[in-house]
Amino acid sequence: MTGETILGVKDLSVTFRVGRKDFKAVNRVNFDIARGETLSLVGESGSGKTTIGRAILRVNPVSSGEITWKGERISGKIPAERERRLRQGIQMIFQDPMASLNERAKIDYIVSEGLLNFHLFKNEAERRAKVEKALLDVGLLPEFASRFPHEFSGGQRQRVGIARALVMEPELLVADEPISALDVSIRAQVINLMNRLKRERGLTYLFIAHDLSVVRFISDRIAVIYRGRIVELASSEALFAKPIHPYTRSLLSAVPVPDPEAERAKRHIAYDASVHDYSKVEPAWIEAEPGHFVLGTEGEARAWASL
Amino acid sequence: MSGASKRAVAVEAGGSGANSDAAATLPKPILEARDLHVSFSLRGKRLTALRGASLELRKGETLAIVGESGSGKSVFAKSFLGMLDKNGRVDSGGILFDGMDLARFSKEKEWLAIRGKRIAMIFQDPMTALNPLKTVGEQIREAAALHRGLDRKASRLAVLETLERVGISDPEMRYRQYPHEFSGGMRQRAVIATAVACKPEVLICDEPTTALDVTVQAQILDLIKSLQRDLAMSVIFITHDLGVVASVAQRVAVMYSGQVIEQGTVEEVFYDPRAPYTWALLASLPQLGVKGEELYSISGAPPSLFREIKGDAFAPRNPNALEVDFVHEPPEYEVSGTHWAKTWLLDPRAPKLEPPASIKRLRERLGQVRAADALRGSEGGRL
Repeated sequence: MTGETILGVKDLSVTFRVGRKDFKAVNRVNFDIARGETLSLVGESGSGKTTIGRAILRVNPVSSGEITWKGERISGKIPAERERRLRQGIQMIFQDPMASLNERAKIDYIVSEGLLNFHLFKNEAERRAKVEKALLDVGLLPEFASRFPHEFSGGQRQRVGIARALVMEPELLVADEPISALDVSIRAQVINLMNRLKRERGLTYLFIAHDLSVVRFISDRIAVIYRGRIVELASSEALFAKPIHPYTRSLLSAVPVPDPEAERAKRHIAYDASVHDYSKVEPAWIEAEPGHFVLGTEGEARAWASL
Repeated sequence: MSGASKRAVAVEAGGSGANSDAAATLPKPILEARDLHVSFSLRGKRLTALRGASLELRKGETLAIVGESGSGKSVFAKSFLGMLDKNGRVDSGGILFDGMDLARFSKEKEWLAIRGKRIAMIFQDPMTALNPLKTVGEQIREAAALHRGLDRKASRLAVLETLERVGISDPEMRYRQYPHEFSGGMRQRAVIATAVACKPEVLICDEPTTALDVTVQAQILDLIKSLQRDLAMSVIFITHDLGVVASVAQRVAVMYSGQVIEQGTVEEVFYDPRAPYTWALLASLPQLGVKGEELYSISGAPPSLFREIKGDAFAPRNPNALEVDFVHEPPEYEVSGTHWAKTWLLDPRAPKLEPPASIKRLRERLGQVRAADALRGSEGGRL
């Protein structure tokens, strides 16, 4: 990875209190994101991937570990001024464009809400110009500003969601399943848009998703998460060419690919977490190949390497 | 212009001789929809959901219906069970099943002999399909007792056997549990058990794995495949996920705006698609894209179903649409004995059009697959 580290996550844990018991949703997670990079967090429901995204945005409090943004700590108690910079610099795109836009507000207000909160304009004309530009950037017409969300299709609404994030001129976009609620043909539009913004503006993405096959197309690196722990992290090419952790292999074998011949030849590998014996030795983060990390013990790593 | 009997023959037949031979030996259709028109009255207006949709389901096969939201795939399947909403009706066309025309059914009593008993359906969300106030075993038993006329003891035994068959371990204990004690995947297994316990001839699955995690999805797909094989059921599988289609189906019907616009074996449709909409659908998949290149994307939105659609419904979104596409609806052109598509591109008078690059890559893949088949010798019929 070249370039500066824009976001650092070190030993992050997030614990929720469920009744009288503690539930560790995120368990000692580590990763960095370089400027201009797309990192994807991939896991199944309940794996903690969304919780990590929310912890970065300070929605969920961190119970231990630390998150840094351009070298400064942003988890726990931080100065108000830093929080302000962060709220502008990191924006989020949500999964369901039907649920994440205020039904009663016009697009103009939805897109400029962040600008209003942060007084990021000198006068009304500048605010309008910013909204117009954000809409044009995502391929919508400026006159759409006077309409309501229900007048738009799913793909257009998701663009409004992206425009609302872009208008803040963020450096990092956290996208939580931004395409899984969309139809196949609309998906391509949104993926192309996100890739274009990355190219043209050097945007950095943290992409949260469950569908490995889609993630492969857009990510530079992929982190696979299982029950709150990242079990494998590698460049997307390396992860698909040589998955190491048994959970990653199981996940890859489970994703149906649109190729009947390949599907016929495929066997689903089940993952059984009880194959790991971590009673004596705690699993560690092992660099199996340069840039390719896997969670396991030394013994496991040797066994996996010979596969 | 539609209807299987009036099918035109395309000049440029892509299928080899083997395909036409396969057509002759195919099993008979068990369920056949012919030129079905279905509409709904909505706020004083008529919404035409199906505009002459046709398909045939053959005995023992899995047929996937694939389409985007609003293409009419769920309405199509619901019409086979008399489950259209109250404001909907079949305007014309037929649904042939075992010598009966289901489209002519008017009384609920007629449907009761079919629905659940001979044609069963599984829905997307298993929680809404199960009664939260009854134990899982009891509700499956009720269905089995009703449709198979078994007494309490016999039906209980049948349920335990079915639970085991769908991969629910410790069926005795699971029988007594309530739906909320089941995980999502287990609930869907219970729903499948309900459908299968009545030993239906046709099983319709409407997006049964969309709400599930991928690893659970893989298990449920494996289960449906093995049930279909062992019980000799014919399955209609509705989905928007082309990966799932490739995994479960032998044949596939692609729907757009209330019509089936292309139908063929999975190999034919995935490796040699002919309709521009099928091209667009496949080309827009990130799985088939090349990293760093733009994905092919379909502009615009499907047409409003409240208005009458003139010509080819996909024409306004098709950058290479022909003039005739805006005026006349294309007929079904036969590509091979098992493959047809509704597009003027297959007309002898149409100009030769190059498909998008990713479709060409798919055709090369077809070449590889056929070569591999030839090497493997004449194991023949994959159906």
